[in-house]
Amino acid sequence: MSSADRLAVRKTYKLFIGGAFPRSESGRSYPVTDASGRFLANAALASRKDARDAVVAARKALPGWSGATAYNRGQILYRVAEMLEGRRAQFVDEVAAVEGLERAAAESLVDESIDRWVWYAGWADKLAQVLGSSNPVAGPFFDFSVPEPVGVVAVVAPQDSSLLGLVSVVAPVVVSGNTCVVLASERAPLPAVTLAEVWATSDVPAGVINLLTGRVGEVAPWLAGHMGVDALDLTGVADAHLAADLEREAAENLKRVLQPPARRPDWTADPGLTRLAAFVETKTVWHPIGV
Amino acid sequence: MPTFEYAPAPESSAIVDLKPSYGLFIDGEFVEPLDGQPFKTVSPATGETLAEVVQARAQDVDRAVRAARKAYPAWSAMPGRERGKYLFRLARLIQERARELAVLESLDNGKPIRESRDIDLPLVAAHFFYHAGWVDKLAYAVPGLRDPRPIGVAGQVIPWNFPLLMLAWKVAPALACGNTVVLKPAETTPLTALIFAEICQQAELPPGVVNIVTGDGTTGRELVCHDGVDKVAFTGSTRVGKEIARLVAGTRKRLTLELGGKGANIVFEDAPLDQAVEGIVDGIFFNQGHVCCAGSRLLVQESIYDQLLERLKWRMSTLRVGDPLDKNTDVGAINSERQLERIREFAEVGEAEGGERWSAPCDLPARGYWFPPTIFTGVTQAHRIAREEIFGPVLSVLTFRTPQEAIDKANNTPYGLSAGVWSEKGSRILWAAERLRAGVVWANTFNRFDPTSPFGGFKESGYGREGGRHGLAAYLDTDAAKEVNGELG
Amino acid sequence: MTTTADLGPERVADITSSDAGLRRFLAGLPGVDQVGAEARAARLATRSIKSAAKVFALDLAVRLIDLTTLEGQDTPGKVRALCAKARRPDPTDPRCPSVAAVCVYPDLVPVAREALAGSGVKVASVATAFPSGRSMREVKLRETVAAVEAGADEIDMVIDRGAFLAGRYGQVYDEIVAVKQVCGSARLKVILETGELATYDNVRRASWLAMLAGADFIKTSTGKVTPAATLPVMLVMAQAVRDFRAATGRQVGLKPAGGIRTAKDAIRHIVLVHEIAGDDWLDPHWFRLGASSLLNDVLMQRSRMRTGRYAGSDHVSLD
Repeated sequence: MSSADRLAVRKTYKLFIGGAFPRSESGRSYPVTDASGRFLANAALASRKDARDAVVAARKALPGWSGATAYNRGQILYRVAEMLEGRRAQFVDEVAAVEGLERAAAESLVDESIDRWVWYAGWADKLAQVLGSSNPVAGPFFDFSVPEPVGVVAVVAPQDSSLLGLVSVVAPVVVSGNTCVVLASERAPLPAVTLAEVWATSDVPAGVINLLTGRVGEVAPWLAGHMGVDALDLTGVADAHLAADLEREAAENLKRVLQPPARRPDWTADPGLTRLAAFVETKTVWHPIGV
Repeated sequence: MPTFEYAPAPESSAIVDLKPSYGLFIDGEFVEPLDGQPFKTVSPATGETLAEVVQARAQDVDRAVRAARKAYPAWSAMPGRERGKYLFRLARLIQERARELAVLESLDNGKPIRESRDIDLPLVAAHFFYHAGWVDKLAYAVPGLRDPRPIGVAGQVIPWNFPLLMLAWKVAPALACGNTVVLKPAETTPLTALIFAEICQQAELPPGVVNIVTGDGTTGRELVCHDGVDKVAFTGSTRVGKEIARLVAGTRKRLTLELGGKGANIVFEDAPLDQAVEGIVDGIFFNQGHVCCAGSRLLVQESIYDQLLERLKWRMSTLRVGDPLDKNTDVGAINSERQLERIREFAEVGEAEGGERWSAPCDLPARGYWFPPTIFTGVTQAHRIAREEIFGPVLSVLTFRTPQEAIDKANNTPYGLSAGVWSEKGSRILWAAERLRAGVVWANTFNRFDPTSPFGGFKESGYGREGGRHGLAAYLDTDAAKEVNGELG
Repeated sequence: MTTTADLGPERVADITSSDAGLRRFLAGLPGVDQVGAEARAARLATRSIKSAAKVFALDLAVRLIDLTTLEGQDTPGKVRALCAKARRPDPTDPRCPSVAAVCVYPDLVPVAREALAGSGVKVASVATAFPSGRSMREVKLRETVAAVEAGADEIDMVIDRGAFLAGRYGQVYDEIVAVKQVCGSARLKVILETGELATYDNVRRASWLAMLAGADFIKTSTGKVTPAATLPVMLVMAQAVRDFRAATGRQVGLKPAGGIRTAKDAIRHIVLVHEIAGDDWLDPHWFRLGASSLLNDVLMQRSRMRTGRYAGSDHVSLD
């Protein structure tokens, strides 16, 4: 039988929680179509319990990930880029399909995504130098400020940029030592699940990044209200009223909130330090200098 | 053996020249309110009325915000070199009138003159000085920020515990970055803010750049919710901070919060004991415990518990509680009757929960609001007095066995503002500093502040930093904000 | 960490029986944070002592002074003049108290004794190769014996700083014990020479060492080395005497010496001892101020408090 006649073994797209690929505990799924409406696959439809489990996994992974050396984190994140490069063709296919792009355009986005990931990996052991400071206080004290991870970050990924936008919101969160729960684009979640497979095979410790697929309106409120989540990235929340509600929910434990951009960002532009800085806390330490 | 008694050493209040009443400071002038009512501010040490001020209402707040908005274009467009010189003027004027301001602060707030003179006022002047020097260097303030611009009108609400210092922490960076401000001082301590307004006049600060609206919580709410305010900065309780976060959710208003705390002061067995005792005392009895970053939980290693407590009690018995204007007073008056009630309630809770209460023996004056420095021993993490902020001179004493246990207990709180660590072992200090979830870690010291040193909380103690390079970011239009506002991408 | 609670005689004997024992004990004492100690001392110096409190402190200051002359060029004439001043510091005020003692080199003890006879003012003599302490043990002991036989009520000895800094704590300890033994009924002040000890940790250790060895007083300095009696050093020593009494039941006196030039300085030391050690120490039996030029400034301040006018230097006698 020629390869043209051979039936493909289709991938089952599941959630990524605690380093494993479970289905939704609710047993639900929803159809994902390409840009022209043709059925591509079913994705898991995450429930609030999946969100809860993901937060638990992220919190469990936090001490190890934030306690690792910056160098170590940088190495692991670079390996993710290596794995991404290895799967380049697969990503190009998926991005082209869900976003309705010509192959060349999809290739450009995938290349950009890989390079973007490399860029962020390189920040791991430099962030403290750029965001930190030694402060010249008026007394015999050594006084310094260092950036620290804020903790568990819940991220609503961009709706329209299934890989580059996703990479651009996840990488800056984890490079500084945070762990996260990411809610993929509702309409275009498939590259996100494949990216989760990359994470799973790159030495990224279980629970550092967790992926949920499903409805923003259903899942995001549970993440916004979860008292074990320390920060919230609302980039992918298109509905302004929903975003405002989520921000209000988040106030209950004063989560640090990154509000959605007013206009669709150009994800190919230089990201700057905004996202890196948004999810770190500044800690200042004093110690007397004496004999 | 005769005892050595200190005679009264009063600082004269004659240096303060208070008017009987003050209006609102809007657009460079003191004005009558449009719809606000007068109320009195009293000295918490004696109960006497100091002056009458105004409870600003919606129309007054609106007027102030409009004035700030009107002044904004010229102020923000001013070259840094010029704008900086205004701040230098303010700093110098504050230094010139430092004694007067210190006395007034002690009268209005109740804190000892020694503290307002030696700690508050020098820091206030230093804050303006430090920020004056940043104005023409903002390109270096935020890494990666290509074009640093101010945000607009800042609405700022400050608490009563360090009235003038909190004003400096808010106004200096806001002005340095080119914003204009409307500031609401706390209800019980408006006076130094009003004299600061006079200083703005003396400095010939352009009208509308700084506006002061006095009033209570409702005035604050008006200000925070006003559409013309682009940036909100609040220092106060966590409860109100959350409310404000909810109020600005979904809007384009930028927000920084500096809220409450239940700071843990950890004393290891190899601590420099006498200095640790001093740090503990400083941590909770300085400013009558009215400090968000107070070391209100003492975590002492069990092996030195007896020694430390003995020294602590001896030290507490030498604290002098009394007239804030006496230069030898260590602990002054509680700021208000309401706060005193709150502290008393917590003390009762502490006893009811099974904590053992001990207060330093001291003579409390008959008039005014007073509470003796007090410790509760036998406290655990399950006690309310170990979890809730009392905001008074009350210390909860807990023990631990191992370093990790100390860290776990210290971090076991929704707050995260400050922590203290006492040990002679450098590696242990740094190990603890790494693990403490607090915005400020004081190692072998406590309650140290400096304009160059960023201050702020983790978790429910708030977000954003004040002071240092980091504190400027809150008052600049960063890339993040531009994205949200649709100015990038 | 060493607990200094309940140091009974057995435990003391155990500690002091060997170099190693002493080292373990002294190293186990709590450390002193320099910045914290200096900050506390500075804050104590801001106490405002006025009116009745100031009068009390100034009177006390006079009574605490060890009026001192320790110069190569000292003569019997000089010593007699000093003693006359010691008996009656203010000729214009008969109510002005005498000072506590006069402090001289051993060979001038007889002169001082004769000049102070019947006055109640004590004769203190330095000994043990003051100020350097660099000589043989036999010489130091012989000098002490001679001073005591000449009539000294008090002996101000110096510790061997070289031995201390080299870690030979046992040697330093033995020497103090030996000197104490030949003092007879004379009280022994042990000079630590804190300026040479350099760190506050060392000041604490040397204080404890001297007290364990039987010192009646611990004294900061010879007055020949700066820094001498700074407030932070006194803070550490005042803490040490308080802790020692709490641990052993024995009270030891304090003497800051050197660098105390003005009444303001003296009052600061009095305030410090009052707040750190306690009022039990506010008496000449437990507290002395070693000074030469201090007395006149105190007298001028006393005069101002009494008369309301600032005094002039012509109105106080030369030492």
